[in-house]
Amino acid sequence: MRYALAVYGGPYSQQASHSALRFADALLARGHQLTTVFFYHDGVYNAANMMAPPQDEPHLRDRWLSLAENHATRLQVCVAAGLRRGMLDEREAARHGKQGHTLEAPFELTGLGQLVEATLDNDHLITFA
Amino acid sequence: MSDVMTAAPAGDDAGIAAGDLLVMLRHGPHGSSWLREGLEAAMVAAAFGREVGLLFTGDGVMALLEGQQVGPLGQKGSDNLLAALEMYDVERCYVDAAALRARGMTAQDVTLLPVTLLEHDEVVALTTAFSRVLSF
Repeated sequence: MRYALAVYGGPYSQQASHSALRFADALLARGHQLTTVFFYHDGVYNAANMMAPPQDEPHLRDRWLSLAENHATRLQVCVAAGLRRGMLDEREAARHGKQGHTLEAPFELTGLGQLVEATLDNDHLITFA
Repeated sequence: MSDVMTAAPAGDDAGIAAGDLLVMLRHGPHGSSWLREGLEAAMVAAAFGREVGLLFTGDGVMALLEGQQVGPLGQKGSDNLLAALEMYDVERCYVDAAALRARGMTAQDVTLLPVTLLEHDEVVALTTAFSRVLSF
């Protein structure tokens, strides 16, 4: 089956990211496909470039990255929710006159329409909030 | 498909089709951005041509009280978004009647939008009838 995940919880503040990643591992281990993870609300912080957790905690951004690298999962971040919260890729940073950027590939800033698409294009969309 | 229709509450809800989206709003208009970001998701879905139903439940029913505007808390409130729903053709608005009662509200307090009041069993049937549900 084709799955998409919606993640609304901020990393380390809530269980959402941890649970979503465990669910992702479980569904992939069973031979299902994880096409998309859509980050919305405080979930956009999962894409933070500069995430630097202590070594005895999971590096959540790296965990997402491995999904993209190993399973071609798209990591989509709502642009409106992201900009409000300071999650800017290089292009948006330049457009808003900011030095440096806080988000980069394989995370991509996309519209909310992609969340709507994900509900249609997959057999299941599971929300972690 | 037929069992989906019989699961739906009476009325025009029998027209719920595969791919229609139910957006559940469970948070109040102030104190967090859940309600606004949920409404924004509903509007984008409608703008993409999806049939969208809105279910106000929990503290989400507070959005239906008039006057939820920008306040001293610096949050935008929800009035302007609710006012725009009609423009986006989001016309199926449901309210969890138990959530209204629990907050001392009645149907007469809901003047911002035309809504359908649902009792618990009907809320359950509604969430079953929609194949896609986004919860905020």
